[in-house]
Amino acid sequence: MKAVVTVTGKDKVGIIAMASAECAKYGANIVDISQTVMKDYFAMIMLIELDGLTTDFASFSDKLQIAGTEAGVDIRVMHEDIFNTMHKI
Amino acid sequence: MLNTQDILETIKMIREENLDIRTVTMGISLFDCITDDPSRLEEKIYDKITGSARRLVSVCEELERTYGIPIVNKRISVTPISYIGAGLSPEGFVRLARVLERAATELGVNFIGGYSAHVQKGCIKGAANLIESIPEALSETTRICSSINVATTKAGINMDAVKKMGEIIKKTAYLTRDNDSIGCAKLVVFANIPEDNPFMAGAVHGIGEPDTVINVGVSGPGVVAAAIKEAGQCDFSMLADTVKKIAFKITRVGQLIAAEAANRLGVPYGIVDLSLAPTPAKGDSVAEILENMGLERTGTHGTTAALALLNDAVKKGGVMASSHVGGLSGAFIPVSEDRGMINAAVCGTLTLEKLEAMTAVCSVGLDMIAIPGDTEASTISGIIADEISIGVVNNKTTAVRVIPVYGKEEGDIAQFGGLLGYAPIMPLKSESCAAFINRGGRIPAPIHSLRN
Repeated sequence: MKAVVTVTGKDKVGIIAMASAECAKYGANIVDISQTVMKDYFAMIMLIELDGLTTDFASFSDKLQIAGTEAGVDIRVMHEDIFNTMHKI
Repeated sequence: MLNTQDILETIKMIREENLDIRTVTMGISLFDCITDDPSRLEEKIYDKITGSARRLVSVCEELERTYGIPIVNKRISVTPISYIGAGLSPEGFVRLARVLERAATELGVNFIGGYSAHVQKGCIKGAANLIESIPEALSETTRICSSINVATTKAGINMDAVKKMGEIIKKTAYLTRDNDSIGCAKLVVFANIPEDNPFMAGAVHGIGEPDTVINVGVSGPGVVAAAIKEAGQCDFSMLADTVKKIAFKITRVGQLIAAEAANRLGVPYGIVDLSLAPTPAKGDSVAEILENMGLERTGTHGTTAALALLNDAVKKGGVMASSHVGGLSGAFIPVSEDRGMINAAVCGTLTLEKLEAMTAVCSVGLDMIAIPGDTEASTISGIIADEISIGVVNNKTTAVRVIPVYGKEEGDIAQFGGLLGYAPIMPLKSESCAAFINRGGRIPAPIHSLRN
């Protein structure tokens, strides 16, 4: 199963490091990543593989969200299928 | 890799434009509960509902987490209770209502629909007794929704039932007078009722449905309103295309959730209902869509045309996105549940007459309209007869959910709370239609019902 992680918020040093460290901590493998900064607004999208996840999806999602809040950014983890079904015929 | 723009678009829809799944509704057949022993019947119904829907709420919560999209309501619809308890007295039906309420509370679902009867051509004893029990049943419970089908295009209009429902609505309003007659918000009178509608108050599990089924109602007026705003000053073809494209995307999410919920619950997937369901929240309004199309305020000239365009484009966009479309599938215009409609009604731009015209081109009908508490029962029946005629003659579903708010008059505001919102009391004609309603009998089916 793959999921999309979106990280958005005000830009600062170390956001990618924090998000990828959290993924590594729970065994989520990053397979693709794109990131941009528009003015001061940071937006990153990661595609992660969850087959090796060491915890369940819900608590992984919670941990990332909490880590994001601590770093002052918004992190969401969503199953890739919601994007696939919505945007691909 | 997924396209970044697509991902951000989805996130924006959910976060800023209130995209959600309005309801995952499990339909449950109660036919196998029928017995002539009332206590045993109550027991069997409770067991069947709580057994079938045991995991409904937890699975929906799981799906919300996995896909990151809110599922606002988890609901149950059951076989019309008038069939299941056909031998019960009105008191027996009220007892059954308490059982349904207890099952809904135990499961944690928001509403349970199916306290219903189909009486388009006449009333079996069970249906008459159920109708009689409605005011008490709705005043004693909070989660039960009741619907009565008084007409079909095939059968015509049962005017005796229309007359009766005017009286029942008045009585329900009186018994729930301490809460702005909220009982009437859970009671709807239909023409051509669909048998797979996931939305309340009209959800029932039809007699041709499987034992259990999952039906999903999407939402997302905010998303459509935002897309139209972004499209800017384009012509009507482009406007319709914009709505179609966005309706496709919204419906795809509904399809995904419906299929996944059905799969995880081990229950067949029924339909996705394409209706755009508003809420009183800011940016979640069907009226806002119409106003973004270029109307200064909903209810002004051009409103019916704008709604017709919207309703048609939503269906065209949605139908390809889902393997089975059903239920009501159109735009809802419940006055108290839509901030733009409320504002337009307060200003007097949106009137009952205009709403009636609008219901000819959309689903469902005169919905969540607060009227003066001293309205005569026959006047309510007149409102029902008018609206039901539109459905019967135009071969479509129409319905009436009006609330004669006890103790309130034109200009006052009725508060229903939560998703049901609030509404100004709308003025009605003062002239009587009692002599017309009192004729009794049936209005014959229209000529075009003879299609065979």
